[in-house]
Amino acid sequence: MPDLAVDMRETLQNAERVPVLKAVDLHTWFEIRKFGFFKAGDVRALDGVDFELYQGETVSIVGESGCGKSTLARTILGLHRPTKGKLFFNGKDMAEFTKEDMKAYRASVGYIQQDPYGALPPFMTVKKILEEPLLINGVTDKNERQKRIQSVLEEVKLSPIEDFLPKFPHMLSGGQQQRLVIARAMILQPKMLVADEPVSMLDASVRVEILQLLRSLQEKHNLVIIYITHDLSTVRYFSERIFTMYGARIVEKAATASLLANPLHPYTQALFKATSDPDAANLKTFKEVPTGEPPSLMNPPKGCRFHPRCAKIIKGKCDRFEPPEFHIGDDQSVFCWLYEDQGKQ
Amino acid sequence: MNKMLLEVNNLKLYFRTKKGPVQAVDDVSFKLERGKTLAVVGESGCGKTSLSKAILRLLPRNIMEYSGEIILDGEDIMKYPEDRFRREIRWKKIAMVPQAAMNSLNPVLRILDQIIEPLLIHNRDMNRDQGLARVKEMFRIVGLPEDFLYRYPFELSGGMRQRATIAMALVTNPELVILDEPSSALDLLTQANLMNVLKRIKHEFGTTFILITHDIGTASELADEIAVMYAGEMVEKCHAEYFYTDARHPYSRKLMSSVPTLREDKELVFIPGQPPSLINPPTGCRFAERCDKRFAKCSEHPPTFDLEHDQQVQCWLYTDREEVKHA
Ligand SMILES: Nc1ncnc2c1ncn2[C@@H]1O[C@H](COP(=O)(O)OP(=O)(O)OP(=O)(O)O)[C@@H](O)[C@H]1O
Ligand SMILES: Nc1ncnc2c1ncn2[C@@H]1O[C@H](COP(=O)(O)OP(=O)(O)OP(=O)(O)O)[C@@H](O)[C@H]1O
Ligand code: SF4
Ligand SMILES: [Mg+2]
Ligand SMILES: [Mg+2]
Repeated sequence: MPDLAVDMRETLQNAERVPVLKAVDLHTWFEIRKFGFFKAGDVRALDGVDFELYQGETVSIVGESGCGKSTLARTILGLHRPTKGKLFFNGKDMAEFTKEDMKAYRASVGYIQQDPYGALPPFMTVKKILEEPLLINGVTDKNERQKRIQSVLEEVKLSPIEDFLPKFPHMLSGGQQQRLVIARAMILQPKMLVADEPVSMLDASVRVEILQLLRSLQEKHNLVIIYITHDLSTVRYFSERIFTMYGARIVEKAATASLLANPLHPYTQALFKATSDPDAANLKTFKEVPTGEPPSLMNPPKGCRFHPRCAKIIKGKCDRFEPPEFHIGDDQSVFCWLYEDQGKQ
Repeated sequence: MNKMLLEVNNLKLYFRTKKGPVQAVDDVSFKLERGKTLAVVGESGCGKTSLSKAILRLLPRNIMEYSGEIILDGEDIMKYPEDRFRREIRWKKIAMVPQAAMNSLNPVLRILDQIIEPLLIHNRDMNRDQGLARVKEMFRIVGLPEDFLYRYPFELSGGMRQRATIAMALVTNPELVILDEPSSALDLLTQANLMNVLKRIKHEFGTTFILITHDIGTASELADEIAVMYAGEMVEKCHAEYFYTDARHPYSRKLMSSVPTLREDKELVFIPGQPPSLINPPTGCRFAERCDKRFAKCSEHPPTFDLEHDQQVQCWLYTDREEVKHA
């Protein structure tokens, strides 16, 4: 039975808050050709996701390698054109963007790539690396450029600034390189940051330093941050909401506290069980791990994409019909048939 | 048979570079009991891989100093000439799964050929059929289907390739296996699976492991002992059960408080600054510059002190304890 009070509240909230970014039935497929000519099929790297992101929130996206996290990031950034579905930025359909709109959009979304070592051009100095986006975006005044480079380096704490300006990327430590990547993503004063595994290559201590830096930038500038990671243990310290992805789809969306207290989807539960906190008791037990491999995205399984590996499968249902989204409580939803009776669709 | 499988005393490995010697492994000493796993943790560049290469004598050309004792099962194998080391030790008694091993398989050879060749070379009296039986047995143990033996590396996923490299390291039935970051490039679920496999091998065969990793959570799945390296030195060694909650070296403590946990909320802190260069490192404690417990004495090089629970710590805070003297 629909809960009228909740519906009303949602309508009211949504009327007040236009999402910064909204995805509707978003698909990004890659065509695979045989002998460069015959179409062999599509890799459905992103296969129908919906979400809304609001100003000032950090959303973590977790999931296994190859589940489509980076494809989602690159689609949001406008680097892939969606095969199907729509993206809205501040309420405006991105398919209808003019060239100028797209340029302005790209300037307002900062990108922190998966691999800091590959992300920086090796033959450019720190100064050049930060100046280039300003030049491309028409900041013609030299003093203005200097001022912005100065202030962004202060923000990411690469100081004394004069020491860093003439350096080349290879002269920086991994953590410093990553701070430079963040400085470059911040220099056009974006509204949103897409951070694709920003810390996975870094040491534990540097990892904390970078995540705290991102957090402080977010608070100061009221940014939306999309934080992509496969490391579940960092998300509690860093995000308001978590989306779990599996097989090119979102399978669970929840407020961080709710997800940590009660992961609902069998795949999210498996991720939890697989994560080890440092504890001597771990020596004595084996991990519960679902058998099998992630699904092929060229030929994904029928029904729920997790069903071939799921211990809780409802035979005849999970393997035949795609589970819809069931809402559980105020701030959690899950795509899984186990919740058909508890949740509202 | 000695209870102590491995005893390393005053091991040094310095590399020659244009700017001066890189002291990648500097006066490292530790002991490891048979059947136990020692996890070696520490920041990138602190010398973990160099330590494993020093033990297995897999040395690059630019060696400046390579000295100390490596006593395996009672014998100092540092004294062995290279051909004896190659015949009796490397791959036969000590094997290694190198860092990023899953990408180190030869792409043009079938998995079977890559695993069986070293086995037959090291066991002259073994014929091919016996070799094949042994390889199949290893595949079963690491949980790979037999028909994967006849495939090429690119036909396997990353996790499967990693298991194949572990099968390769284990096939000669070595006493000591060094695993250099075996799971950090893998997915969470694949990682958990791999730790299960290693745990089973440890229990079933009593294999001794040195597990090199910067992921302390994963290390806790396998480690009986933890050794912490900092800037080329081993600054702490202790039983795993005390390490996670009661590490003693200020660096180890800071390191632990930077590890995020899924099940428990804690305040994460990071260690400001960077480790020193291994070319001309500070003469005193190498962590001093970043240490909030630093005092006058720390400008001298700290000796190693013995604490209760067989915990060894290289730090001046423990001067009231007994000093450890090595051979
Ligand atoms: N340009 C492309 N052409 C063809 N296939 C692609 C392309 N980009 C990605 N894919 C495929 O799409 C799927 C999703 O890839 P994606 O990079 O989004 O995964 P991911 O979740 O970011 O993985 P990881 O954690 O390893 O970074 C994979 O199967 C990948 O091989
Ligand atoms: N052949 C070499 N010549 C000169 N310096 C070297 C050589 N091999 C390694 N080094 C240096 O020795 C130090 C220790 O390197 P090592 O690879 O042992 O570190 P590590 O602890 O394994 O790091 P990581 O966690 O990044 O793998 C580093 O400063 C490295 O640059
Ligand atoms: S829908 Fe079924 S198969 Fe899929 S996760 Fe839920 S219980 Fe498992
Ligand atoms: Mg990715
Ligand atoms: Mg290494």
